[in-house]
Amino acid sequence: MDIDKINEMVLDILKEISNIGSGNAVTSLAKIIGKKINMQVPQVKILHLNEVTDILGSAEKEVCGVYFDIIEGLSGNILFILPMESACYLVDMLMNRTFKSSYTLNEMELSALAEIGNILAGSYITALSSLINIRLLISPPAITIDMAGALLSVPAISFGEIGDKVLFIQTTFIEGDYNVDGYFFLIPQMDSLNTLFKALGVEIDGK
Amino acid sequence: MESKLIRVGMADMKIGYPPERLITIGLGSCVGIVLYDKYLTIAGMVHIMLPKSKENMSGQNIWKFADTGIYSLFSDLIKKGVKKENLLSKIAGGAQMFSLKSNNDTLKIGERNVEAVKNLLDSLNIKITAEDVGGNYGRTIEFDIERGILKVKTIGFGEKIL
Repeated sequence: MDIDKINEMVLDILKEISNIGSGNAVTSLAKIIGKKINMQVPQVKILHLNEVTDILGSAEKEVCGVYFDIIEGLSGNILFILPMESACYLVDMLMNRTFKSSYTLNEMELSALAEIGNILAGSYITALSSLINIRLLISPPAITIDMAGALLSVPAISFGEIGDKVLFIQTTFIEGDYNVDGYFFLIPQMDSLNTLFKALGVEIDGK
Repeated sequence: MESKLIRVGMADMKIGYPPERLITIGLGSCVGIVLYDKYLTIAGMVHIMLPKSKENMSGQNIWKFADTGIYSLFSDLIKKGVKKENLLSKIAGGAQMFSLKSNNDTLKIGERNVEAVKNLLDSLNIKITAEDVGGNYGRTIEFDIERGILKVKTIGFGEKIL
């Protein structure tokens, strides 16, 4: 599929797919932390390469990122990004501690976050998999803390090989009490969109 | 007064003059290349994300690749009257942001980017006077054209002046 030929219908389908995946993910997250989590309507972003690093505000902002490769069924990536404050809050909630302010996360706290990311991505992928009836597998999580721009550029690179635009499907999670926010990105490769639509029985013109 | 900052995005290229400063924020596996003339009268920065262009790339952004990106910056500087033999360079970036146990070549792109950048600069006979490449962390780089200094900022790995 050509990224420049993506029309309203394709966008709507991608949003709906993401809605189902994110809905499943948000339920899992709410279960883990025992709090109500709200989810915003998924957004499909088609961006120029030079816009990618700024989609969460400042490209220099320190964030925690959990990254996955989709290794079977489709090709693409999943990236879950938490601002530091939200990451620390989430860990405190898991550990039954009261959140005061951000702190430096240790090894164990990081692996707890990687596991949260894993559960989120896993539930998202599971919902997507049963929707399209294709077995999907993701890699184990890779976690790091760094500048938002440096992390967001990683899944954009494979798009650079084929064109000048990138497609990110974004869902924002918000926990009401403390305004904890998390950003979940599904970044499918363009060739996977064809597989995806074929599985759904949707015909796209100008493929 | 703060001198003007010229922002260079991903797959982007800009040229500036003293006292302007060229900045690129949040370099991961991408590489930022500064070409400047040794008398510090002009400099340019390009932010590449992939090592090598392919055929049939007509109409596409040329700054996303090390080869076409650096060459474009180089020839623009020459067009503006810079002498080839006066050109020097400083480079930074090329990290591996995530490490997955699977054999993912995309994640090792940083290393290949750095190699491609060095090869190209070598073929143009442009000396690299300073570099800060590799590692597993992001970088923000800022080149002060007037002083010929590249400042590299990181999260948790300090700040370097190159």
